Amino acid sequence: MLSQLATTDWFPLFNSLRIAAIASVLVFFMGIGCAYWAAKLPRAIKGALDVVLTLPLVLPPTVCGYLLLMLVGVRRPLGALLDKAGIRFVMTWQGGVLAAVAVAFPLMYRTARGAFQAFDETLSWSGQTLGLSNAYIFWRIRMPACKQGILAGFVLAFARALGEYGATSMLTGYTPGRTATVSTTVYQLYRTGDDAGALMWVLVNLAISAVVLLAVNLLEGRQKRAVVR
Amino acid sequence: MSLSVDIEKRLGDFRLRACFECESGVTGLLGPSGCGKSMTLKCIAGIERPDRGRIELDGRVLFDAERRIDLKPQERRVGYLFQNYALFPNMTVRQNLACGLHRERDGARREAALDEALAMFQLRGLERHRPCQLSGGQQQRVALARVLVNRPELLLLDEPFSALDAHLRLKLQISMLGVLRNYARPALLVTHDRNEAYRMCDAIAVMSDGVANQPVDTKALFANPGTVAAAALTGCKNITPAKRVGENRLYAPEWGVTLQTSLPVPDDVTHVGIRAHYFGQKVEPNRFPVEFVGGMEEPFEWVLEFRYAGQQPGSPPLWWRIPKEKRPQQLPDALGIAPVNVLPLRGKG
Repeated sequence: MLSQLATTDWFPLFNSLRIAAIASVLVFFMGIGCAYWAAKLPRAIKGALDVVLTLPLVLPPTVCGYLLLMLVGVRRPLGALLDKAGIRFVMTWQGGVLAAVAVAFPLMYRTARGAFQAFDETLSWSGQTLGLSNAYIFWRIRMPACKQGILAGFVLAFARALGEYGATSMLTGYTPGRTATVSTTVYQLYRTGDDAGALMWVLVNLAISAVVLLAVNLLEGRQKRAVVR
Repeated sequence: MSLSVDIEKRLGDFRLRACFECESGVTGLLGPSGCGKSMTLKCIAGIERPDRGRIELDGRVLFDAERRIDLKPQERRVGYLFQNYALFPNMTVRQNLACGLHRERDGARREAALDEALAMFQLRGLERHRPCQLSGGQQQRVALARVLVNRPELLLLDEPFSALDAHLRLKLQISMLGVLRNYARPALLVTHDRNEAYRMCDAIAVMSDGVANQPVDTKALFANPGTVAAAALTGCKNITPAKRVGENRLYAPEWGVTLQTSLPVPDDVTHVGIRAHYFGQKVEPNRFPVEFVGGMEEPFEWVLEFRYAGQQPGSPPLWWRIPKEKRPQQLPDALGIAPVNVLPLRGKG
């Protein structure tokens, strides 16, 4: 086992963390933005938008991957346009980010929306009548009041992005040293009969999950203390 | 220094129609819950947008549907004290007050104003507390201080005492009266409590079913409510349908009596109202035989239920309120009512 650790190529771990970090930051802002915007829409439009924005959560990830390929494949109009601009999502690690954003977005969107709906609107109104700017009210009053829900959404989105397999493998395939992630590596090693290698990456995955869950618990504890204080 | 409101807003089946003007001093908006009082305040503050009409404060147009003027709440300089106080839960008392002083760019002057407000509202020692650690009364003081340091040109108070128990309510009403006297700008107080309205307001606009009328001097309103809604809201317990039978005479068919009034009886009179306090054993005019049917003891008063001898069966009994020490051993067999206390009323229902 130890000798294996020394000879292992750690690229998949680095790649997974890189994809999850970038994707969850993107999803954080997109999810909050959409949740805030959707809360102001009329009910009928909100319902329709909800369905569209939550779809990736219930669709099989491979279907998401397929749809993404239809969108950004090099022979598709949008994909060709992006290709000319030097942006490629197929068979690149950036494609992994796109796939992770697509599947993690609904988690952030829905938890943020729930938090915003529970927000006491009179706080925002009293800020407005005091003459505080809408940006100040959003970042200094609304966001702190919704911190718990938004943080939970962020952690969920990060965890989902880290474990993404289906859409990622459709979009980026498996190229060691270029697009390999922890989850695609586990499958690849298992498929090629390298049980020891697969087990090691499974353990890595378990370790990461444990750290994430620990972080969630710590954050929740701190939140509770802050409320009591 | 005056506020002029003339607005309409539709919300499903509900229609709000507010048309009034008020000057410096405290004007009450008195109405039952759900009659559109808070919606009126929200329209004035710019939180809700009326469908039609115009709002003007000291000649400054805040809203004009025809000219498409609709100032943001931030630009209106209208202070709003919410029913739940709306203190920012993530900030300390000091930070909450600083939010009201954000326009003051000079740091030293802001600190000075903050300290002054903390002293004036007896909040010293609580600066570092969060709203959830304060009592209801303290929360209200922080909220009022935060609104006033912001120097609004109009003050809106939305049922500010409804979250407090009776004793604290009275104490805070007295101290807020002191604050409002110094404010010297128009203030609108929304309430459903007639005692609160009487204590706090110089004039009162009665609001019912979404319609707010021109404010009337508080004492004048209680002396002559004019409408059924106003009479009920000012606490008149005995209201019954009535017909005009003379310039100063009313016939109340349910009670089976004809009453003399001091107030002229308008042609469109529909009801008559008599406050429960104003019956008298020895009062001579409007004196009719009565029969007592029930009663209830209160801490300092008796509420006695009676029926007129000729009263229609099935119609509700009348109320007579009398201080305990004045309650006779033998209940009288007739009660009178001074013509000045017979209130001719207009309005439906």
